[in-house]
Amino acid sequence: MAHAVEHEYTTTGLNHRKMLMWVFLGSDCLFFGSLIATYMVYRGQSLVGPYPIDIIDVPLTTVSTFVLLMSSFAMVQALSATQADNKKGLVTWLLITAGLGAIFIGFQIYEFNSFKNEGLTLGGNLFGATFFTLTGFHGAHVTLGIIWLLAMAYIGGKGRLGPNTVLDVELLGLYWHFVDIVWIVIFTLLYLIGGFDAGPVPIPSP
Amino acid sequence: MAAITGVIPRPTSYAGIWGWMTTVDHKRIAVLYGVTAFIFMLIAGVEAGVIRLQLASADSDLIGPGRFNQMFTMHATTMVFMVIMPLGVSFFNFVIPLAIGARDVAFPRLNALSFWLFLFGGILMHVSFLVDQVPDAGWFSYANLTEKPFSMNRGLDYWAISLLVMGSASVAGGLNFVVTIINLRAPGMSMMRMPVFVWMTLITSILLVLAFPVITVGLIELVMDRNFGTHFFIPSEGGDPVLWQHLFWVFGHPEVYILILPPMGIVSEVLPTFSRKPLFGYPFVIFSGIVIGIMGWAVWSHHMFTVGLGPVANSVFTITTMLIAVPTGVKIFNWIGTLWRGSIEFTTSMMFALGFVALFIVGGLSGVSHAVSPSDFQQQDTYYIVAHIHYVLFGGSIFGIFAGIYYWWPKITGKMLNETLGRLNFWLMFIGMNLTFFPMHYLGLNGMPRRIYTYSAEFGWEHLNQLASVGYVVLFVSFLIFILNVLQTRNSRKVSHDPWDAPGIEWSIASPPPPYNFAELPEVEGRDHYWILKDRAEAAGTPITEPEALVDESTIHMPSPSYWPILIAAGVALIGGGLLSHYALSFVGGAIAMMGAVGWSNEPPAAPSEHH
Repeated sequence: MAHAVEHEYTTTGLNHRKMLMWVFLGSDCLFFGSLIATYMVYRGQSLVGPYPIDIIDVPLTTVSTFVLLMSSFAMVQALSATQADNKKGLVTWLLITAGLGAIFIGFQIYEFNSFKNEGLTLGGNLFGATFFTLTGFHGAHVTLGIIWLLAMAYIGGKGRLGPNTVLDVELLGLYWHFVDIVWIVIFTLLYLIGGFDAGPVPIPSP
Repeated sequence: MAAITGVIPRPTSYAGIWGWMTTVDHKRIAVLYGVTAFIFMLIAGVEAGVIRLQLASADSDLIGPGRFNQMFTMHATTMVFMVIMPLGVSFFNFVIPLAIGARDVAFPRLNALSFWLFLFGGILMHVSFLVDQVPDAGWFSYANLTEKPFSMNRGLDYWAISLLVMGSASVAGGLNFVVTIINLRAPGMSMMRMPVFVWMTLITSILLVLAFPVITVGLIELVMDRNFGTHFFIPSEGGDPVLWQHLFWVFGHPEVYILILPPMGIVSEVLPTFSRKPLFGYPFVIFSGIVIGIMGWAVWSHHMFTVGLGPVANSVFTITTMLIAVPTGVKIFNWIGTLWRGSIEFTTSMMFALGFVALFIVGGLSGVSHAVSPSDFQQQDTYYIVAHIHYVLFGGSIFGIFAGIYYWWPKITGKMLNETLGRLNFWLMFIGMNLTFFPMHYLGLNGMPRRIYTYSAEFGWEHLNQLASVGYVVLFVSFLIFILNVLQTRNSRKVSHDPWDAPGIEWSIASPPPPYNFAELPEVEGRDHYWILKDRAEAAGTPITEPEALVDESTIHMPSPSYWPILIAAGVALIGGGLLSHYALSFVGGAIAMMGAVGWSNEPPAAPSEHH
């Protein structure tokens, strides 16, 4: 990749692609913000069960949350291996990151499946609709990240990643950490706070 | 490199239709945007004509209520998302790189992708006419009207999915211009030296990037309600239709500024040029634009005063809405201050800019009158609102855009639009616009609701409605004259690079500009850079009469054309089309988009050349 080393002129000195990624993440914040807002507005508004307390399994999801957090650690290792021109290390760490992400997705598939068996569906009640939409779109983000990680590991395996292409790994890292942070917010709101909601909450009369 | 890039060799030709389909040149993409948006404008204009024909007489039975609903829905949706926004983006594309002294935008291929997504999204929306399942719930498509029992055909699915496709185009475009403007300015072009149009584009782009995700979520929830059995907006299952209103207007109000800030920027370029003096109070115009961009997020519920959010919410949004009139007023005073004691030249462009200021004041004043929530209770859903929106979006946005067309046309094509026809175009449009929309104020205050397909003669609304319909004919003729004017430029003479003696650096290069724009990146010395240069040369006795000399194109490394943007856009549009017809099509579309993405990421932005 002879072109990656080319130095392009930028006004701020910040690379175009890096700035693009930051602005895109800002945009994505509004996307998740709106989904989370929908969840919060409808919290306790489901007319029929199952309600969160019936099915949310906080310990189980704590484990998958821990796995996702550890993947961020692996991502940091992958970046520093790239900076150190450690070709084998960067591939290994990228694959570990992808693997931990895949474990998280596995947990999510298991969780979705068991929720479905316990009667929580998209159309059943508002909790189902908001829960599956929000966590589903987050899962899609993670899945996209895994595909990206695997593609980068493939490129790294061909020896085309190194100190000259740190930015490529860094952008991936920015995305991955962002998706992680979004999960922290979701975990806090949907599991730690909202996970114990039982039954419809009467709307206070003004 | 060719081995990685894949099976298809990279396009090299810039000629013919294939050249247009693979182009990544911001100037050609600007032309694509402009032409496409203009065609959509003609379609929306015909829809408006049907509306005016139906309302021209009382108790009319020309078209039924169903068809009428489709007409006003598609007219507004098309004008907002497929005309005014892309015409603005057309100017972003053409002007921004030239005005900041860059060779292209930061991401040329992403730019092409934005255009193709917009085009295919617009086409997808209009396919609804072919299958006669046309969206019919108004441009803000309130729940419950959009939910299954009330809208059984696929019209609203077409509406939502096409808007999702076009929304992704807008976000991609917004991202591109944020980075371009912040990061690709020529040496010396500090933020506070940027032309006002560049500033307004930056603010608009930030609004695009932040506002569209909100409507995206709303649209996704709507599609899920209609197709996957959720009940986000269905009250019988606990859902809340008002949530849709919030999501729509949290997006919708910044959207209003997305529609008006670019024309404001255009007018801020045109007025100083033809007043022969710099913009009065430049920092005030910039900061008022920034304040509008921020406060635009804090006024959305003024669209919902009659929903019943309670006196506290209504009071708060009354106050914020009145406050946002202040920065807009600041701009108007600055424009008037620019005219003050200038040596004003009444070109067509200048007349459109002056028309913008005059008509926008009218629209702004009626806007303040429904910022007051008690007064809005009388005006909500009447023709008074229709009058207001057309004064700000037609008298405002469209007039500003026409000022821009007449101003930059010589730069885009190297030919002049005829000034006599232009003046005729302006006066007919100005008269037609007032004839059409001014009576609507009275109609609204006399109680005529918007979106009714007919009315009884005894209400006494017929005469004013006839007047409005006559106004439509005048507007129609003014557009015909504009088309005539455009067509006659084929035979008109070539003009110099700087026909207006303008201040922007885009006027220092040849018309039309060479593909690389600037042979050498300019060293910007101040606001109105080209005026500074010309004054200095004049004082030295060697006035500038020639544009920057052309150089051999192959010595400047430019981004190469690419197949992938149009391929990815086609894939994404097919995903949408599949959701509307058969899911298998979505998988095909997904595969095409994925293939495009792989091809794209393996392709360097610029093909290797002998100079590298």
